[in-house]
Amino acid sequence: MIDIELWRMLAAYGFVVLVLFIFQWRGIARKTQLIVATLRMTIQLMIAGYVLAYIFEHPHPLVVVGVVLGMVAFAIGTIYRRLDGPLSLRLKRVIALSMASGSILALVYFLGVVLHVTPWFEPRYVLPIAGMMIGNAMTGVTLGMQSLMTAMDESRDTIEGSLMLGATPERAVKPYVDRAFDAAVLPTLNSFIGMGIVFLPGLMTGQIIAGANPVTAIQYQIVTMLGVLGGVAMSVILATQLGYRTYFSKDARLLRPDER
Amino acid sequence: MTLFHLQDVQFLDVLHVDELTIERGKTTCIVGTSGAGKSTLVRLLNRMNPLTSGTITYEGVDLETIDPVALRRDVVMLAQTPLLFKGTVEENVQKGVQFAEKEEKTKEEIARALETVSLAIDGATDVAKLSGGEKQRVALARVLLMDPNVYLLDEPTSALDPGTEEEVMRAFLEETKRRQQTVLIITHSRDVAEQFADRIITVEKGRIVHD
Repeated sequence: MIDIELWRMLAAYGFVVLVLFIFQWRGIARKTQLIVATLRMTIQLMIAGYVLAYIFEHPHPLVVVGVVLGMVAFAIGTIYRRLDGPLSLRLKRVIALSMASGSILALVYFLGVVLHVTPWFEPRYVLPIAGMMIGNAMTGVTLGMQSLMTAMDESRDTIEGSLMLGATPERAVKPYVDRAFDAAVLPTLNSFIGMGIVFLPGLMTGQIIAGANPVTAIQYQIVTMLGVLGGVAMSVILATQLGYRTYFSKDARLLRPDER
Repeated sequence: MTLFHLQDVQFLDVLHVDELTIERGKTTCIVGTSGAGKSTLVRLLNRMNPLTSGTITYEGVDLETIDPVALRRDVVMLAQTPLLFKGTVEENVQKGVQFAEKEEKTKEEIARALETVSLAIDGATDVAKLSGGEKQRVALARVLLMDPNVYLLDEPTSALDPGTEEEVMRAFLEETKRRQQTVLIITHSRDVAEQFADRIITVEKGRIVHD
């Protein structure tokens, strides 16, 4: 693999300078944002690189588990920030629980059965794959919850009208819960379709540049995509199935926003 | 015979009822200005509103001990804005029995219910093509097909002209009388109340002022 010399590395920042010029020329007020984002990206990745290098050289199960749990915690915090509208404590708990159990269960199955990694905590495999599965589950749960929350607020009359006709809460919200699941899983499905034609995904590109046989790289890509789908689906089904319940009381009433 | 009995009932600061009895098989109209607490009162009877204090019994049983979903299949409520789903009239009237997990109705039964509410349209008509008054009657036919013990109707005919309103209410209530069912109607129309009610309850500022 080609080692990038420092001056060549700096040359890549020429692209940022180009965009800065475009912003200046067109009078777009995004220059500070671009500089901050570029600095953050650089610093975060450098830290990540050194941390990963350290973990790879000194693999320890507790450290690997700690990093994975840290990723999950970060993902949960990101979901809270990204969702519009007030989040009830109950809904926050549901999101945390679904995100953690859905993505970790899928990860354990993937590492244990599909890749059969030995030792089970081998960070070279666990960390990149955990990152992809947790990251995609995070996007899925955000999309699914946003869809569910919007529908629950906009469709109050329909839901209450259905309850008044003797529908169970589950039956009254079925269309919205199904739609939320669909909204969450659709981007992953769509990414399957363009795969290998429109773009070569990051994992594969990385492996190919690192000298791996493209066929091996593709094998990894295929199983990872499937694992990502599983992680998204498991987190989102939990989040939607438990999430709609936070909108109802024990006596099957739709709660007012101040009661949730 | 007593069907509902309310004793010292309070819902938040919105409604206070010292005592109220609803008799089985009767038609009761609830009148009053908007915001007076009519809907609030009715929603206490199917547990869509939680009691703040007091007790309500249904057939002698404390309402709080009855499974709310089972209760709402027995005490069906028609919401003020007619609840319609994308699809045909027939699919829409079937929704009630589907929600209540009862057997679906035959084409003949549906046709009869539509006739009762003076709706001369084909079951295959798309509900998007219906007028406001027609939508209300589809919703009314739906609850009639559910054949519950009690109907709680919130402004069921507000979008109809007075002539049609009278015709629909007369046929609907004849049918419920024949089946010995209990009906509570929230209405803005004094005429409807005076013409059809066995009893009229007036609600003002969260209290029953006239009975």
